[in-house]
Amino acid sequence: MSHPSGALSAQPIGAGSDLMLDLTDLNVYYGESHILRSVDMGVAPGKMVCLIGRNGVGKTTLLKTVMGLLPTRTGNIKLAGESIARKTSDQRARMGIGYVPQGREIIPRLTVKDNLLLGLEARPKGSKKSQDIPNEIFDLFPVLKTMLSRMGGDLSGGQQQQLAIARALMGNPRLLVLDEPTEGIQPSIILEIEAAVRRIIQTKGISVLLVEQHLHFVRQADWYYAMQKGGIVASGPTHELSQQVIQKFLAV
Amino acid sequence: MLESLLDGIFNGISIGSVLLLAALGLAIVFGLMGVINMAHGELMMLGAYTTFVVQNGFKALGAPWSDFYIFFALIAAFIVTALVGLLLERGVVRYLYGRPLETLLATWGVSLILQQFIRSVSWQFAAGVGVFCLLFFGALWLISRRPDFEQIRGKAIAIMLPLSGAISLVVSNLLGQTYKFAVTLPWFGTQGVDVTAPKWLRGGLPLGGYQLPYTRVFIIALTILCLFAVFWFLNRTVWGLRIRAVTQNRSMSACLGIPTQKVDALTFAIGSGLAGVAGCAVSLLGSVSSNTGQSYIVDTFMVVVIGGVGKLVGSIVAAATIGIISYVVGSNALAPLVEFSPFLQGLLEFFATASMAKVFVFALIVIFLQFRPAGLFPQKGRTVDA
Ligand SMILES: Nc1ncnc2c1ncn2[C@@H]1O[C@H](COP(=O)(O)OP(=O)(O)OP(=O)(O)O)[C@@H](O)[C@H]1O
Ligand SMILES: [Mg+2]
Repeated sequence: MSHPSGALSAQPIGAGSDLMLDLTDLNVYYGESHILRSVDMGVAPGKMVCLIGRNGVGKTTLLKTVMGLLPTRTGNIKLAGESIARKTSDQRARMGIGYVPQGREIIPRLTVKDNLLLGLEARPKGSKKSQDIPNEIFDLFPVLKTMLSRMGGDLSGGQQQQLAIARALMGNPRLLVLDEPTEGIQPSIILEIEAAVRRIIQTKGISVLLVEQHLHFVRQADWYYAMQKGGIVASGPTHELSQQVIQKFLAV
Repeated sequence: MLESLLDGIFNGISIGSVLLLAALGLAIVFGLMGVINMAHGELMMLGAYTTFVVQNGFKALGAPWSDFYIFFALIAAFIVTALVGLLLERGVVRYLYGRPLETLLATWGVSLILQQFIRSVSWQFAAGVGVFCLLFFGALWLISRRPDFEQIRGKAIAIMLPLSGAISLVVSNLLGQTYKFAVTLPWFGTQGVDVTAPKWLRGGLPLGGYQLPYTRVFIIALTILCLFAVFWFLNRTVWGLRIRAVTQNRSMSACLGIPTQKVDALTFAIGSGLAGVAGCAVSLLGSVSSNTGQSYIVDTFMVVVIGGVGKLVGSIVAAATIGIISYVVGSNALAPLVEFSPFLQGLLEFFATASMAKVFVFALIVIFLQFRPAGLFPQKGRTVDA
């Protein structure tokens, strides 16, 4: 596996130095078990990168490491050229990473509105924080408009997923990190979520790092990385995704 | 008949409101954060002593002021204990999140330190501590600005700790020798101190044949005020929202950009500040000594546990219930009801002292917890895990 700047040179944008997210030689452990094995990976600005791999290979671990929920043993993480490996999760969020975790992690006993307002916390200090929810959020996810006063924990899985993405967008992130946003969700809602993510990239120009099992969604990405046993074993533009790779790395 | 029942309820509520006020801070620190703070009682004690100091200060000011010292004392008690709480969280508790046993032991140690501090603090003592802190933390601060701080930190501490300790000992001994009693006399000593309620709080509200002391009315009002303030803070402010979010899902809150360390510090400081307010209220009821906190700590934990950890409403109901039951049993208010049965009368008589009433209440609590181990209003609480 070559260094991401090499890999990404096939892409129109993205020489090593101006990657939005740049992971180099990342090694991560759970206690003594070695989960991520010298991972190199990059996300170019304004691009959507998809990470694929079977259950339990370490995809969520990778995203958690990016968010600062797990410590790195070695290696570096850079956001827009700045090293963030020693920042806390909340600092990383305020530096512009929006995180939509696997399992959504909606705060259950807060209303949908409060959950959305919490998304504002990621905006940098001093930027004016109006306590209103911008209309573009409801344009992307119309269901949320009618549910503002419901408890977050009472929403259905699909609604929670949309809320989780909307909440991450409230912070105006530079990089959106999505962990299996279509897991356990019916096909029509998957299409809605896909369309929303596409629109976000087009209108806001933000970068997306996506972990996904759903082939249709994977194909929307510009670039893919395939993971096996904690290491990156293949990568390339998604239009080159071969049937062989798909069968090998996608659980579905 | 009716009168004695009313009397029981009023007294119970007033006892309960003291309990609730004392438990309110704990309901936040233990209930929301999951931190077992054994020094909570001592924070109350500090609040009571702060009241004493403010009272003396205002006495010196004279007539119009000395009547209203209590309001300033409440604010001062809140600020002083909140700051001590902040120090406790930053200095001790935060290293122990997710380790309840260690937290319990460490905060118990802090409670002993605070008790001894109140007994022995004098100008000499304060000067010694002041000099030590100035030297030690000043040196650390100076060193922390050097680029190689991480490497030389251990060495710096090893040198500065004995050095500043020795210097501060010498300074305080010198002070003691030069000024003698003026500086070595403890401020408060081991004996209790007395706070006198301001004039307008003496006397009482006549209620049938009975008088409801104004101090009790004041405490009930104060409790209600604090409850509303806490509800308002938690439910209507940005920091309240942050606290509720961190309480329910710490790691996701961090990923949203909420500064969780600040939230922890603030939550702990507010809980501690409320202990100070409770201490101020308690000082109106009787004399205050370094042991004052200990007599409240068990009861306040009871209130929080019975109410259901993390539920403020539960704490309110629990405090009122415990208050009413202890008063009704302790004062034998039910005796007229059971005149028909000498046996029941004897039984009630048996429990009709303050300490036996406590035994009775604890027995009830033990039985209650057999059936509802999670309290009146159970919920999936959180414990802070680091
Ligand atoms: N808290 C933990 N403690 C120890 N090991 C863990 C922990 N969480 C995950 N693991 C292990 O780390 C490995 C990678 O887990 P991870 O959640 O990153 O997988 P994943 O690729 O996201 O899988 P999935 O597609 O099922 O979400 C797995 O073998 C898992 O058992
Ligand atoms: Mg996963």
